[in-house]
Amino acid sequence: METATHLSIRGIAKTFPGRRGWTDRLLKKTSPDFVAIADINLEIPPNTFVSIIGPSGCGKSTLLSIVAGLLPPTQGSVFLGDRPLTQPGPDRGVVFQNYALMPWMTVAENLHFALETVFPTMSLAERKTRVYEYIELVGLKGAERKHPHELSGGMKQRVGIARALAIDPQILLMDEPFGALDALTRGFLQDEVERIWEQQRKTVILITHSIEESLLLSDQIVMMTRGPAAGIAELLTVDFPRPRQRADLDQYPGYHRLKARLEEHLSRETRAIEAARVR
Amino acid sequence: MAVEKLTPASLRLSEDQKALLVTLAIALVLIGFWEWGVSQKMFLPIMPSATDTAKEFWFWISNPFFDNGPNDKGIALLLMVSLRRVLSGFAVGSLIAVPLGILVGLSPIMSKAVDPFVQILRPVSPLAWLPLGLALMRDSEATALFVIAITSIWPTLANTKFGVSHVDPVYVQVARTLGASHWRIILKVILPAAAPSIVAGLRISLGIAWLVIVAAEILLSGGIGYFVWNEWNNLKITSIITAILIIGLVGLGMDRLFGLLERWVSFGQRPPTE
Repeated sequence: METATHLSIRGIAKTFPGRRGWTDRLLKKTSPDFVAIADINLEIPPNTFVSIIGPSGCGKSTLLSIVAGLLPPTQGSVFLGDRPLTQPGPDRGVVFQNYALMPWMTVAENLHFALETVFPTMSLAERKTRVYEYIELVGLKGAERKHPHELSGGMKQRVGIARALAIDPQILLMDEPFGALDALTRGFLQDEVERIWEQQRKTVILITHSIEESLLLSDQIVMMTRGPAAGIAELLTVDFPRPRQRADLDQYPGYHRLKARLEEHLSRETRAIEAARVR
Repeated sequence: MAVEKLTPASLRLSEDQKALLVTLAIALVLIGFWEWGVSQKMFLPIMPSATDTAKEFWFWISNPFFDNGPNDKGIALLLMVSLRRVLSGFAVGSLIAVPLGILVGLSPIMSKAVDPFVQILRPVSPLAWLPLGLALMRDSEATALFVIAITSIWPTLANTKFGVSHVDPVYVQVARTLGASHWRIILKVILPAAAPSIVAGLRISLGIAWLVIVAAEILLSGGIGYFVWNEWNNLKITSIITAILIIGLVGLGMDRLFGLLERWVSFGQRPPTE
């Protein structure tokens, strides 16, 4: 039976139209349509952590934007339970790659803005409690009144995660959230996300480049083929027991098999992209 | 970077201190040449000496509030007339330019539709509007306000449009994923994000309004601009030089105030005009 938080991606395709108008033709500036992703089908059961991994430019972020409702698909639809998702909405919390904090708002104000937008009738006292609770959850107690430019990249992304979680979405969408961070901070935040996820167990879709990251965090890994017309190559199930520790990740049975599989896929796709570029 | 020399800290001067010394040296040379040149009769006889000008300057700023009739008022009273005109005209112009700038910044169609008017009217010297103002309003006060309002529109309009249309789209995306309404996005996201550009535009507008008011007042009457012209008719060069310095200082002060405001709305980003 499908529950209300079962996410279903059905036949999603996205084509970015090229320039073909008569003015473009007159100026000889036409360009062909670009098929970013073609026919993606994915069923995500509730409380599942899913990573989407694939070579650069394979349309991972396009897919996430479609699920977020920020980009309309050319074909297909996304359902949350039996409700089609066509608009952005607070049932999905989004964590952006470049944090996307409002620089004129303090840490607390960024969270207040989100809560006030989603729950306009919530009392100020309740909102304050909630803001404080989530700032504490991501370990930023004491930084409430700082502006984003006073924070490190890792701290900014904690605020981004707190903001996405504070509105209590059914699904958390993360678009390469640690891509802009240095390796140490990235590892540290991955551990934090693992810890937070153990507490909240929301459905998460994480776009990533990192094999380690996907193995540490996910229940399922979606491997995408290279673009154009990217699709799903294979689904991997990661059934390591939780909570997981980075240090003994490679002790779990199957770790090396999964890692080799992911590495093989990614290097094959990346090599093909490079080869296509040379030609 | 220059190699640090081992000098005792007490003898080392910061860059700012060195620059100040050079500034003072330049001023000394210029004033010295002026004083010496007048004493040697190098200039026309109408040229006053630096010391006479300094005395006159002191007279005006030590006694700014006297009022001996329409053509003989203290410098503060004259400035207040000019400032009142500039600030009210600037307020009216800004109240037109900021909302219009937001509209054209948000809507590419409105932007293209309004652009021809802006392109034609913007290069026109504000003083060209003055006779039109007098003809339509038959009142020098209203005409000054009209001319300053038009002067204040263009930089603010251009900067507001730029700021609004260049808001990082990711901020808008954040608000959209939260389900924010269009109004909420404009008020809570686009306006604060564009605030540094808008304030930069206001700052430029106010600076130009202050330039224009002096010229406008020469043609109208009252205020510091009229004073400059009146003192020319009286052949009092010392008063003219005094007025020039004071106009400059007041302009500098207003610019600095807007500079602070700009810094205040910029939150760690580099303000657009620095």
